[in-house]
Amino acid sequence: MPASPETIDLDVLRYRPEQDEGPVWQRFAVPYASDMSVLQALQHIKDEQDGSLTFRWSCRMAICGSCGMMVNGRPALACQTFLRDMLPGPVRVEPLAHFPIERDLVVNADDFIRKLESIKPYLIPKSPRSLADGEYLQTPQQLAQFEQYSSCINCMLCYSACPQYGLDDAFTGPGVLALLHRYNADSRDGGRAARMEILNAEEGVWSCTAVGYCSEVCPKHVDPANAVNQNKLNSAMDYFLRFVSPRGASR
Amino acid sequence: MNGKSTVRRPYVRPMGGWWRRDPFFMRYMIREATALAVLAYAVVLTLGVVRLAQDEAAWNGWLDALRSPASLLLHAVLLVAMFVHAKSWFEIMPKTMPMLFVGGRRVAASTITRIGWAATVLASVVLIALAWGWRT
Amino acid sequence: MKRSNAPIFWLLFGAGGMLSALLGTALVFITGIAVPLGWAPGDLLAYSRMLALARHPLGKAFLFLVIALFAWHAMHRLLHSLHDVGIPIGTASKLACYGIALALTVVAGWSLLATG
Repeated sequence: MPASPETIDLDVLRYRPEQDEGPVWQRFAVPYASDMSVLQALQHIKDEQDGSLTFRWSCRMAICGSCGMMVNGRPALACQTFLRDMLPGPVRVEPLAHFPIERDLVVNADDFIRKLESIKPYLIPKSPRSLADGEYLQTPQQLAQFEQYSSCINCMLCYSACPQYGLDDAFTGPGVLALLHRYNADSRDGGRAARMEILNAEEGVWSCTAVGYCSEVCPKHVDPANAVNQNKLNSAMDYFLRFVSPRGASR
Repeated sequence: MNGKSTVRRPYVRPMGGWWRRDPFFMRYMIREATALAVLAYAVVLTLGVVRLAQDEAAWNGWLDALRSPASLLLHAVLLVAMFVHAKSWFEIMPKTMPMLFVGGRRVAASTITRIGWAATVLASVVLIALAWGWRT
Repeated sequence: MKRSNAPIFWLLFGAGGMLSALLGTALVFITGIAVPLGWAPGDLLAYSRMLALARHPLGKAFLFLVIALFAWHAMHRLLHSLHDVGIPIGTASKLACYGIALALTVVAGWSLLATG
């Protein structure tokens, strides 16, 4: 086994709008330990070398979805990406692709948030219920229909993986469409019709070309590619059967 | 704080050459490019039925063209491309399907892919058998 | 949001993609490699035999579907590939791409009907 290096280089794409024309690379040497994550490396840089380095993070255990960034050109959670897997370095760290850079590794997520709110991400009861109706009952198979899609932590890695979103940010995108499917697939929900308009639009499922990279990079194995592409058939059936048996949008 | 607001000037990175940035994207572009082979073969067949509708001499001309080295080379490329198309098609096919359960267990993506391949082998065998054996 | 008309072309794309996945390799092998190299019985693609196939309703349908569905599959995919390399999907590109598919469909259909 080769001896562990003392340090490893991180090449970080900096951007300070008040002083930089555009993004610039800056190299930092960080002390190496075999259990260090990229997030820890960034924190070391901020604590010991350059306090102006700006990046988002919170839980450091891959559940909050804050620390998404491009590591060696691939969307990843910095807290879950380890320096030992990228030896000998240098490790390239850039902000999430396909989003405007605000500062250093922080991107503008407004578009994603707006889209998240637009799909009615909550249970819409099939008919009005009272407390006397009791709780919903679901079989394990009914739960299985939507459970994986509910694992989304809104980290936006799938948006960085999706070239269609990169080429045209009008696309609703993998994560939001997976969440839309999560609600449609929940037996408790009756809001499919209310969400059809988004699905049926060009900006809905029809911008997707089944690249599949979104599902590759998802840290929670949500499989957004599956959520989007199985809804192409639903949308197509709605298109052709809309006068016979409408499933929602009348336009 | 000091009362000064931070300058905001969001920087949008260009998408040019995006597919060269990751091997995954390169494989995607190759997968999409197999459509050129499907188109080329549709054109070859269209020329064939046009000749078929004309007369025997025209049809034999089409058959002769297929025997040329250029055509053989083209079809060797088309053969590889059709195979790559089939392979990538069955790999992505599970993503287009809703969750399937058999005997209470989730059907794996790899199973769906293998079924696709089995269907291809079966269809190809049937086609070859019919081609070799069909008589009016 | 406006409803997209993509489903029409997507279904054609899907049907053509499935057909070409199932039969494309074998068809290219038979017509493009085996017959020209003499690996197949001499009369496999003979005029009389192929004319009989084209005149048979099932044969006519098979030949038409192979050509048409392959064409619509390919042009839908190529339209999106053009978009991927920077040529946006607009009226011009849609007319050009689907126009080619339509042309192949019409020419093949016409010729097959002309065989009798």
